[in-house]
Amino acid sequence: MTNLTDPPRESFRLSMLLNDTRYRSLTFQAIAAIVLALAIWELGGNLAQNLRAAGLNISLSFMSDPAGYDINQRLVEYDSQSSHARAALVGILNTLLVAFLACITATVFGVIAGVLRLSNNWLVSKVMAFYVEIFRNIPVLIWILIIYTIMTSVMPGPRAFRGDNATSSMLFDRFAFTNRGIYIPMPWFENGIFGNPTLNWLLVIAGLIGSWIGARSVTRWANQKQEMTGQRPNTLWIKLAIWLVPFVLLMVIMGLSWEIPALKGFNFKGGIKIGGPLIALWFALSIYTGAFIAENVRAGIQAVSKGQTEAAAALGLRANRVMNLVILPQALRVIIPPLISNYLNITKNTSLAILVGYADITATLGGITLNQTGRAIECVLLLMLFYLTASLLISMAMNIYNSSVKLKER
Amino acid sequence: MSDSQNNSVAFVATEVIPQSPPPARETGVVKWLRENLFSSVTNGVLTVVALYLIYLVLAATLPWIFNGIWTTSSLSECREVLQGKTGACFSVLTERWHQLIYGFKYPADAYWRPNLAFVLMLVAIAPVLFFDLPRKLLLFTAVYPFIAFWLIWGGTILAPLVVFVGFVAAAVVFQKFGRSSFAVGFFGGIAVALVVWTVGGALIPDGASDNALLPAVPSRDLGGFMLNLMLGVTCVSLSIPLGIALALGRQSDMPLIKGICVVFIEFIRGVPLITLLFVASVMLAYFFPPESTVDLFLRVVIMITMFSAAYIAEVIRGGLAALPKGQYEAADSLGLDYPQAMRLIILPQALKISIPGIVNVAVGLFKDTTLVSVISMFDLVGMIRGPILASTEWNGVYWELFGFAALLFFVVCYGISQYSQWLERKLHKGH
Repeated sequence: MTNLTDPPRESFRLSMLLNDTRYRSLTFQAIAAIVLALAIWELGGNLAQNLRAAGLNISLSFMSDPAGYDINQRLVEYDSQSSHARAALVGILNTLLVAFLACITATVFGVIAGVLRLSNNWLVSKVMAFYVEIFRNIPVLIWILIIYTIMTSVMPGPRAFRGDNATSSMLFDRFAFTNRGIYIPMPWFENGIFGNPTLNWLLVIAGLIGSWIGARSVTRWANQKQEMTGQRPNTLWIKLAIWLVPFVLLMVIMGLSWEIPALKGFNFKGGIKIGGPLIALWFALSIYTGAFIAENVRAGIQAVSKGQTEAAAALGLRANRVMNLVILPQALRVIIPPLISNYLNITKNTSLAILVGYADITATLGGITLNQTGRAIECVLLLMLFYLTASLLISMAMNIYNSSVKLKER
Repeated sequence: MSDSQNNSVAFVATEVIPQSPPPARETGVVKWLRENLFSSVTNGVLTVVALYLIYLVLAATLPWIFNGIWTTSSLSECREVLQGKTGACFSVLTERWHQLIYGFKYPADAYWRPNLAFVLMLVAIAPVLFFDLPRKLLLFTAVYPFIAFWLIWGGTILAPLVVFVGFVAAAVVFQKFGRSSFAVGFFGGIAVALVVWTVGGALIPDGASDNALLPAVPSRDLGGFMLNLMLGVTCVSLSIPLGIALALGRQSDMPLIKGICVVFIEFIRGVPLITLLFVASVMLAYFFPPESTVDLFLRVVIMITMFSAAYIAEVIRGGLAALPKGQYEAADSLGLDYPQAMRLIILPQALKISIPGIVNVAVGLFKDTTLVSVISMFDLVGMIRGPILASTEWNGVYWELFGFAALLFFVVCYGISQYSQWLERKLHKGH
């Protein structure tokens, strides 16, 4: 009989810290922790010393001081007596505005160019390939500058619209394209239900959301009916009515009318002014990112194998049903992840606004406020915090959407 | 027998009819046009619209380019020569050529130095890009950074020499001890390099740069397209090793190391490059020792390197994730330890998969080097927006300058992306 015994327990030796896989990772992490702590200690020490030498301290109290500068393009009330925090808020809203607009138009450009690049028309696909290559390979900064130059030095000044022999005229007598920006008519309500115009607009938005919910429930009802009877009721007219009737009614009741921009003095007054910097940034970002999205769209459509189209055709589906039910859902799965990162890129690239003087968060908080107060550390950290939050929120929202269209695997 | 029968039937042809050519609409240009441009009504309309657009663009640009003036010395002279005709004023490019390429402060008698450095760069980069070239050339690639530094910045040759000797010593130590234990070789190499640098740095006499063979050029005098190229090449090459380290760290099962890498990568990827450049220009100085003066170029290189390292790390992580798990297990079962497995099995394959992604990051980064003009460094865009457009002679010459900048970037970036596609086809073994 042999007795099986455990091998003698090895006592702990110092060399095991490096040679024994059980302890090695602990050693490395301890070293990393020490190095990290030393680095933070060193950097923090330098920071404290430098701040003391410069007579500064870290505090955010400057945010409530009056900013003392004007901002042309703004979505909320602001004047030069408002605080730096208010200026930062104006900047944040401007960043979000241009990012939102550019995401929408970039998607439109990208989808059109991506689909047309796959066209069997040789000329059209070559033109689109040219567009994609030109815009992808030249820095967006140069595009912003080029379009801003077009806006400021090619467009006519307001003076050109004056007099009997004016060299420029307004488009349809409603839109004015000048070197200070584009003026478009502004809708307003003559007899709104509420006294406050904001509340009236909120009512319109609430109405539209109601219509959307109504249209969704009609679709659900049609789906149920189709499951039960095999017949799909025609919902087009019902949906059209649900969208249009409440909207038109609201507009009629509240008395929609348009404030048309007109030349008064040296400049246009009235209507909505879209400043040149905003247009330059918006257009440059959308056309630049559109080229990237076009490539994603093309890759997504090409990723759906030809057999899918043929199988759908063999089932007797019409061309548009093939697109809607078979190709797009599968292509979207490939398109959406890179689309998310393109939206993130747009949001981050809006920071180039500082080049053309558009008052986004980088230009207000990271530009004028930083220079006026000298609070470099606080301003830059707040700026980074904003972009980090925005990036995380966007990628979260888009990931939720992505998981909703993702292939449901068992 | 059959002959006679054939001859006897009147309606059977006795000889083969010669092949007639296909109808005109089924051959050559006509067929191509019909199939590619006018296959349906929609296609026809699209073709006409596209042709009209092309006509508009060409009608606007061609006369402008061909009437271009190359020899005047100011915009007003250009206008005199043109006498109201449309035409470009390319003289701004010829007159300010040196400023556009080297910036406005780089000493004129030293222009040959960056030129030589650029040519040598092409030689040094060739063996990295094309695997068929002799591997011995990689030795020159290893020496190149020090030569380029000495050529561009000038000053004493001792400084780059000491740094180079430090790296050589580290490599020797790693060769000697790295075989038996990676950690000993690695950390020993770092320690030896640090010793060489400290001792060597102390040995360089003060004022060694004063009467150097190549006069020293401070880095604030660098500018123009040269600055873009330098930032792009330096930051990409520095960020690849850093990116590999970050990617491996992110895959590590040590929570602390993984945590550090994840936070670093996600933080850098969540903020725009411009805020990092603000950090470099206004904030980083607070974190260095009070008496040290780290110049702006180095600070910008640090921040851009960190920026691109985070993106490259994500690309390489994709490559690591794409490797089949069997490769990791095979390396383990051969008894390789972690550094060996990574060096010999995993990384060569993972890097090969990630090359197109890395090239994409490199192209993006090269385009992003134009952002340094925001923190008042005079790169190509900075030169255009600053000294050239602000000068009285050339105030208002937008299209020629922006067109030139766009063309330069397009040539470089398009070239790199074509290389990447060529490499992808070459590496695709089609298993």
